[in-house]
Amino acid sequence: MIPALVVIAYLGVVLYIGIFAFRRAPGGEQAEGYFLANRSLGQYVFLLSLFGTNMTAFTILGSAGHAFANGVVTYGLMGSSSAFIIPLTLYLFGTRVWALGKRHGFMTPVQMYRDRWECGHIGTAIFALQAALLVPYIVIAVMGGGTTLSAVSGGAVPYWFGGAIVAAVVMGYVFFGGMRGTAWVNTFQTVLFLTFGAAAIIFIVVSIGGFPQAMERLLGSPESAPLLTRERIPPRFFFSYMLIPLSSIMFPHISIFCLTARRMGQFRKTVIFYPLCILAIWLPCTFLGLAANAMSDVPAIESKLEARAELAGGRDALTAEETAALQREAAGDDVIILMLEHYAPLWLAGLLGAGIMAAVMASDSQILALSTMFTKDVFTYYGGTARFGPAVQVQTGRLFVVLIALVAYVIALNVSPGIFGLAVQYAFSGFTSMLPLLVAALFWRGSTKWGALAVVIWTALTMAGVALLQAAIPAPPPGVIIPVWTVGGAEIITRTPGGTDVLGFMPVLPMLLGSSLLMVVVSWLTPKPATTTLTRYFPGQTPPPQP
Amino acid sequence: MTRPSRVTSWLLGAAVAAVYLLHQDTWFWDSARPLVFGFLPIGLFYHAVYSLAVAALMWALVRYAWPEHLEPEARAETRAAAGPDGPATGEPRT
Repeated sequence: MIPALVVIAYLGVVLYIGIFAFRRAPGGEQAEGYFLANRSLGQYVFLLSLFGTNMTAFTILGSAGHAFANGVVTYGLMGSSSAFIIPLTLYLFGTRVWALGKRHGFMTPVQMYRDRWECGHIGTAIFALQAALLVPYIVIAVMGGGTTLSAVSGGAVPYWFGGAIVAAVVMGYVFFGGMRGTAWVNTFQTVLFLTFGAAAIIFIVVSIGGFPQAMERLLGSPESAPLLTRERIPPRFFFSYMLIPLSSIMFPHISIFCLTARRMGQFRKTVIFYPLCILAIWLPCTFLGLAANAMSDVPAIESKLEARAELAGGRDALTAEETAALQREAAGDDVIILMLEHYAPLWLAGLLGAGIMAAVMASDSQILALSTMFTKDVFTYYGGTARFGPAVQVQTGRLFVVLIALVAYVIALNVSPGIFGLAVQYAFSGFTSMLPLLVAALFWRGSTKWGALAVVIWTALTMAGVALLQAAIPAPPPGVIIPVWTVGGAEIITRTPGGTDVLGFMPVLPMLLGSSLLMVVVSWLTPKPATTTLTRYFPGQTPPPQP
Repeated sequence: MTRPSRVTSWLLGAAVAAVYLLHQDTWFWDSARPLVFGFLPIGLFYHAVYSLAVAALMWALVRYAWPEHLEPEARAETRAAAGPDGPATGEPRT
């Protein structure tokens, strides 16, 4: 119960930070103050908050769980690829989004697309797709909050109550503090996790008698030795996974956050230090997840290892239900919590529970982004502000924050987590597939609104196609691949235990290639925006010829 | 800082491409040993060092090719757009 009390105290601190930010915020009742912190964040808050915003429950719990099942490949797949791609996109695109926001007063990416391509409803289509991809994140964060509070309290706090507490706290500080409150809370959470994460690693290392013995034990067993290499992961899968972090800059909460920096110089330290922050968080999480395979003295981990062995051994004899049950039993998303419960002293487990809660609660930025988008891209665009006055924007945003939190909570209570886990997987590919929108808007004068619409339709259709395929053909057990479409003996589309492959690559590769091609071809064939518009975005350059 | 020279741009572009390719490290694909510091499998150690190399590359991009021209442009136009009624609202056209 002590860890649960520490976590609840932590939630109180977080709520206070949000409300404190509300009191301190100049212009907090104006739209730019509430939604963008008056574009005034300093460099350390900008770096730590941006990193904290990207560091969701999937980063902390999911990376360790992935490493528990797949080994060292986790860091290369998700950690070092993000360390390279995310700061590079901030450098290339984030700085330009900031400059355009400052120049034209944009508060959302859709405002920029509408102005850049002189479009209205196509902008609304972009908003709708972005919102559809973002909502599952918010729901799953509420679920994660309920699960974590229930776990750290040993079941004393039920799932429904834990979820309600988390939803209420996030709603509270986003409601009052807006972007400034959210940024301060994220900064606090990142510092907390970095500090107590380091303490946890030290305690676990000391408790298990050092890592060399654990690694030698893993290498000595034919079942676990491959976890220390990447032999089970096809290179094509590894290659295509590097496209996934391209989604980061396309997530609305990240691109909107780029608008909050006081000066463009704020990006400098963020771009340089981001890879180091990734290293500091992801390497320990990956390593702990890997090392958990050697911790058979922890009963819950032992039962996971047994379930995995049974899954591998009885591949053909198991029914679909038995396979699914064993997969759930073998899943490693809670290995960090289990290790902490076993090895860390009670007070530290509580503080780390708070740290994990910090990561789980990263939905704050997403709720605020969705509220900002709704207020500016729908309410204001369709005449709400003109009709009711500018002051109503912040009230609308706050009302929407409450609505999103309530809807997410109700869904979290009534829907299986697996559904939203899958939806989140699709979201990464979907946002990556939408990247040509941003690249074309920023760098290509010849791009058009029809090219943008083609990207949106392509992304929606391909995501729906992958979802339908995976719903129609259940995931096979580990090591088995089901051919779905074969041409002349070559397997074009296959259903794998982890999802779907196209010629051995993740679907994100053909999705991105297709959307890029469509943007180019459709833009070539359709009329360009007016010269006056292009001159505002590309001063000093010759306008493209009209088709 | 002024805009980077063509040579600097090419060198940095090549460095970005090289770092991208270095992520696809097939050379440590099947090997766990040596265990660096006695416990880090070589493939994991490689990607940890890779992250440090990325930080160095980002420093070089920031130091030698920072798009500094964007900031004064943005500020100048914001000031120009701010009339007696305050800053531009930036509302898109309907």
